[in-house]
Amino acid sequence: MSVLSYILIIAGGIFYATGGLGLLRMPSLYTRAQAGTKATTLGTMLTLAGVIAARPEWTLKILLIMFFIVATNPVGSSTLIRSAYRSGVKPYGQPEVDDLSGFYGKEEEQ
Amino acid sequence: MKKYISNFIVCYAVWILLAGVSVPELVLGAVVSAVLAALLWKLLNLELTWKTPFALVLFIAIYLPVFLFELVKANIDVLFRVLNPKLPINPGFVKIKTGLKTDFGKLILANSITLTPGTISVDADDESIYVHWIDVKGKDHDEYAKRISGKFENILGRMSL
Amino acid sequence: MILQIVFFILLGLGVLFATIRLFAGPTPFDRVISLDMINIIITGLLAVIAALKGNALYLDIALVFAVLAFLETIVFARFMEGKK
Repeated sequence: MSVLSYILIIAGGIFYATGGLGLLRMPSLYTRAQAGTKATTLGTMLTLAGVIAARPEWTLKILLIMFFIVATNPVGSSTLIRSAYRSGVKPYGQPEVDDLSGFYGKEEEQ
Repeated sequence: MKKYISNFIVCYAVWILLAGVSVPELVLGAVVSAVLAALLWKLLNLELTWKTPFALVLFIAIYLPVFLFELVKANIDVLFRVLNPKLPINPGFVKIKTGLKTDFGKLILANSITLTPGTISVDADDESIYVHWIDVKGKDHDEYAKRISGKFENILGRMSL
Repeated sequence: MILQIVFFILLGLGVLFATIRLFAGPTPFDRVISLDMINIIITGLLAVIAALKGNALYLDIALVFAVLAFLETIVFARFMEGKK
């Protein structure tokens, strides 16, 4: 494996560690999800780019995995956050703006 | 019929990407894709036209660089927020109006919002997206929308997604 | 060799923090988020193992693992929706 691929892979590892730290330090579920999703998505993309740099003959398949991660990871955490909000998990502190508060009540009445 | 052919082409393309190019795989992939496209008739709603490949190339060439830049920026933002001992956050839920019409355009916009600095999209209805924002800045909803989705919405709107 | 060890230490830190959150998380949603994060980290790890061993079979495993991780998150989210 070349130096370039090691640089990319270690950059990915740094983002994995940061994402874990964010998951540990953030005060509420919603902020935790932010740290977790973003950091792991970029971390995985960098790691896979490092693998492409090491083995160019696998490029197509790795691009498919990359596309899949980028397409599904945000959808998964959005669904999770939505269901947490509907179950009444409280956000951190007193939210300044809360446009969602009326949304679900209205939907259930219909 | 058009819908069936579109579904078949997409299934077959994914099969070839996964399995590689060799004669037995191509034949088996054609059979499996034909069956799958019929089974997924109700779930998969794709409309391919002759313009689709050009739109795809345009999408990759114009949208992807902007998106990747924002993704890297988002992660550096999260990194500094996490490593800062005071944790500077001021969260809130914000509603953003969007002018995009198609489902695909809205999906791309919501995913992009989730992966850009400090925001995560929660839910969407016909004409707006609800966003959890880690550090609310600005006064009214127009300003929120401009700060969060302005750049993406501009590009996606021009590509008429 | 040293670079590999550095990568695995960073990855292990990520998994360790996520595991602490998995056991500590006050709500079930916290646990699912940390589980999702561990799954995605494992996807990256499988790709790296494929490169280290030079065996493309691990890539297929990584792809299937990513699909299953996504399904798992969605199923948990829909299952817990609306339960107070």
